[in-house]
Amino acid sequence: MGRYVIRRLLQAIPLLFIISVLLFVLMRSASDPVATLGGRSNPRPEERARLTRVLGLDKPLYLQYVFWLIGNDWAKFDADGDGVAETPGQLKGVLRGDFGRSLARRGEAVTKIIWERMPYTLLLLGVAEVVIILFSLLIGVFSALRQYSLMDHIITALAFIGYSMPIFFIAIVSIYVFGVKFQQWGLPSLPTGGTHDLQVGPTVGQTALHLILPVASIAIISIAGYSRFVRATMLEVMSEDYVRTAKAKGLRRLRIIFVHALKNASLPLVTIIGMDIPMLLGGALVTEQIFGWPGTGKMFLFHTIRGDTAVVMGVLMLISVAVIIFQILTDITYAWLDPRIRYE
Amino acid sequence: MSEGSGLRDNLLLSVDDLRTRFHTPEGTVYAVNGVSYSLHEGETLAVVGESGCGKTVSMLSILRLIPIPPGEIVSGTALFRGRDLLKLPEAEMEQVRGKEIAMVFQDPMTSLNPVLTIGKQITESLRRHTALDKMAINDRTVELLEIVGMADPRRRLGDYPHQFSGGMRQRVMIAMQLACTPSILIADEPTTALDVTIQAQIMELVIRLREEVGMAIIWITHNLGVVAGLAERVIVMYAGLIVEEALVDALYEDPRHPYTAALLAALPRVDRRRDRRLKSIPGSPPNLVVEPHGCPFAPRCEFAMERCRSETPRLELIAPRHKIACWIDVETGAPR
Amino acid sequence: MAATPGPESSVAQLADELEAPPLTLRQLTWRRFRRHKMAMFGVVMLLLLFIYSFAGALFFTEDYSNLTPTELRLKPPVGAHPFGTDTVGRDILARTVYGGQISLLIGLTAMLVEVAVGIVIGALAGYYGGWVDAVLMRFTEAMFVIPQIFLLIVMAKYFGDKIPDISLLGRTFSGSVIVVVLIIGLTSWMYLARIVRAEFISLKEREFILAARATGTPALQVIFGHILPSCMAPIIVSATLSIASAILAESYISFLGMGVQPPTATWGNMLQTASSDFNKIQNAPWFWFFPGLLILLTVLSINFVGDGLRDALDPRSRAV
Repeated sequence: MGRYVIRRLLQAIPLLFIISVLLFVLMRSASDPVATLGGRSNPRPEERARLTRVLGLDKPLYLQYVFWLIGNDWAKFDADGDGVAETPGQLKGVLRGDFGRSLARRGEAVTKIIWERMPYTLLLLGVAEVVIILFSLLIGVFSALRQYSLMDHIITALAFIGYSMPIFFIAIVSIYVFGVKFQQWGLPSLPTGGTHDLQVGPTVGQTALHLILPVASIAIISIAGYSRFVRATMLEVMSEDYVRTAKAKGLRRLRIIFVHALKNASLPLVTIIGMDIPMLLGGALVTEQIFGWPGTGKMFLFHTIRGDTAVVMGVLMLISVAVIIFQILTDITYAWLDPRIRYE
Repeated sequence: MSEGSGLRDNLLLSVDDLRTRFHTPEGTVYAVNGVSYSLHEGETLAVVGESGCGKTVSMLSILRLIPIPPGEIVSGTALFRGRDLLKLPEAEMEQVRGKEIAMVFQDPMTSLNPVLTIGKQITESLRRHTALDKMAINDRTVELLEIVGMADPRRRLGDYPHQFSGGMRQRVMIAMQLACTPSILIADEPTTALDVTIQAQIMELVIRLREEVGMAIIWITHNLGVVAGLAERVIVMYAGLIVEEALVDALYEDPRHPYTAALLAALPRVDRRRDRRLKSIPGSPPNLVVEPHGCPFAPRCEFAMERCRSETPRLELIAPRHKIACWIDVETGAPR
Repeated sequence: MAATPGPESSVAQLADELEAPPLTLRQLTWRRFRRHKMAMFGVVMLLLLFIYSFAGALFFTEDYSNLTPTELRLKPPVGAHPFGTDTVGRDILARTVYGGQISLLIGLTAMLVEVAVGIVIGALAGYYGGWVDAVLMRFTEAMFVIPQIFLLIVMAKYFGDKIPDISLLGRTFSGSVIVVVLIIGLTSWMYLARIVRAEFISLKEREFILAARATGTPALQVIFGHILPSCMAPIIVSATLSIASAILAESYISFLGMGVQPPTATWGNMLQTASSDFNKIQNAPWFWFFPGLLILLTVLSINFVGDGLRDALDPRSRAV
């Protein structure tokens, strides 16, 4: 098992390398950092030249990438424009934990900027994932047990609708119904923006309340898809021989469903969930926009528009690392849960 | 040929006119079309027939293990110790299964749950049907595994099915189903999926257990050779009907139904000449999607008469403890 | 026991009981598809949506849909404006008509880009194997890791204003339409590539392929003439479903303001205001409701059709 993990981690390295190169080239070519830092759309020529030197933009692209990766404090660049490189850089490089400094936010460390927002996104996604797993299993099992009944057909129809809706539509509709209309109709309404009610303060209760709608918006699409998957695997499992054996032993129905069947049916779900993390992140981005949730989504948009390569690269690399690690974790979990693999 | 236990008149199970159908998109499958037989305490009954003849479905019907949306038990009774199993509420059925009547299935790899330890799969039966405490249950489980011939059972309680060989898995199945000492063991081709040498071992095991425990056995097989070593009485099924029922010796020496006769004639025998062709039964197995009309074997029977095609023969006694469902005398070819 | 083999009687009887002669594969497939009620509903719905978007042009001109009489801003649905007006006074009904054209068009063309890239990469990786496969699969994996919306945002920034507006058939399309088609296509091909690769790997060793190669058929012809036609079924299903995801992707990126730029309308960018102005959500629900509903109906119908196709073309695959 340990060897497997190490092998996967090693495989991840060239992957991350490829990703970082692709994105770096894309971002650098896309943006005009000089304009961003200069503050105006058209800085004066001397200003532009100076900024270009300071930002290292006069160097070839691959060199810029190298500096990004391993820093430039070991190299000198020409700060005062006299043609002589005398000033050492200040970046330590990504491999040493330094993601550089933001352009759009005047020299603030990228890691600091990301860290301000990341925990909120993590909270949102963490809660969403738990909700997704729980409801997918429950609804899927229920649907399978009531195959072809009216409830089953209704659930299937709702599931189709659920994953055909754009996330922002779900979000807006839920705001409209549970936020606005409920209030108008005198029903208890759910809050629709931010993480807490300013008058009450950032308590756990407030955060939980404010999480409800955003989490629901993200979760609905996934639940719609996974519950159908669970339904299919449950149906398959329920017709397996060992379920018949369990029945022949006279075991109670609940035990057969939840111990014998579900344990087998939920295994494939683990793999699927692992593969879908990027989609969840994407959903979070849009949801954070609408609900004003102070996560990495809005921040990402803000910095991309302004061509702030350092921040964008920082966020994307972090996401990539997180996704890869999560996928490895999923594989390990699956291998551990399935005794046929664990005891090999 | 083994001797059964003495109490022949102690009736355990009495099945009467069982009919089971399946409703599929392609049509209704008439799987069991009027099966009646009885089983006494300690008796071993073999049920013989080709694939699709309804032998498995009729047993599953008795235990109500047929999935009911496509399946339907149309009519019939199955009296077990005075209660009709086909009409019992599900909760009571759950008390019968595993405890009074147990069933061992054909493929031990797919019939054992791959994600539960064998220990758990045996102990859950005991926990469900007995009032023993945890320690006693564990001891009993180890004892059962010893009985079926597993080495070092206490250590292997925490192992999973895939860690055992095919023969060992079948032994685990047997141990599991016998845990609560049922009165009837239904064995559905338990050795078909195993090597011939393992087959012999399993059969030996079952014979030994039968003597120790004194349970009745219904052994389903399509292999006439297996029948001879194990059963006292035999039922031959074809297309959802019983066509012949007799004691083992009588069946082999004096088969009275054309189908049984043809089956026995088709068996390759050591004492026959090698240059003669093997006899086979002409035609193909019946299409069960058609409502049965007349004798199902008629299309392939060399003695078939007009009456065979229009009227379904009933199972009738033609000699002591020998019944057939046929309009013909198989020796002369004339109507009985 | 009697030993003479008798005359066989009822093979004829059995023949009577057989069903009507078997249908061709195409007929069977169509029959299975027709039985799928949701798929048929989807087909009907899609036809209606197409008619709505394209025939609707007969009722409104594009200029009308781009008119901005700001004194009419945010009027609720009534009379001359059955769907109301948006924040700058444009008639929403007209805009959904023209927006529909663009959204549907983008869905279809993005799918074509995606299918082209996916097939090429999947076929090459599956057919050649070895290091070609290794490199291409690393690349594919890398694309999988980054969430699509993030890539779309970055690529939209990259292409920026690089593509000019085009005039076609007397109408002007914002260059951003091409950009959106390209970036969606370039970020969605991975699923198809994986499917195609898997099919190629399994089909590569089949006898009819080995025969073709043994007779000296050039590789490209083997790939496109022999193997590819044999795996059309999963490609068709995947391509159909990818139209839906392309339409969704376009709506996401336009919603965030980085997709198709106004005045060219798409269902997605009609909702853009909702992303920034919370008040509008509650005070003027018509401006987000109708485009959103249309996206939902379109994607839903395509999903139904895709599901029906999957059942019809390969009934063995699990129907969820």
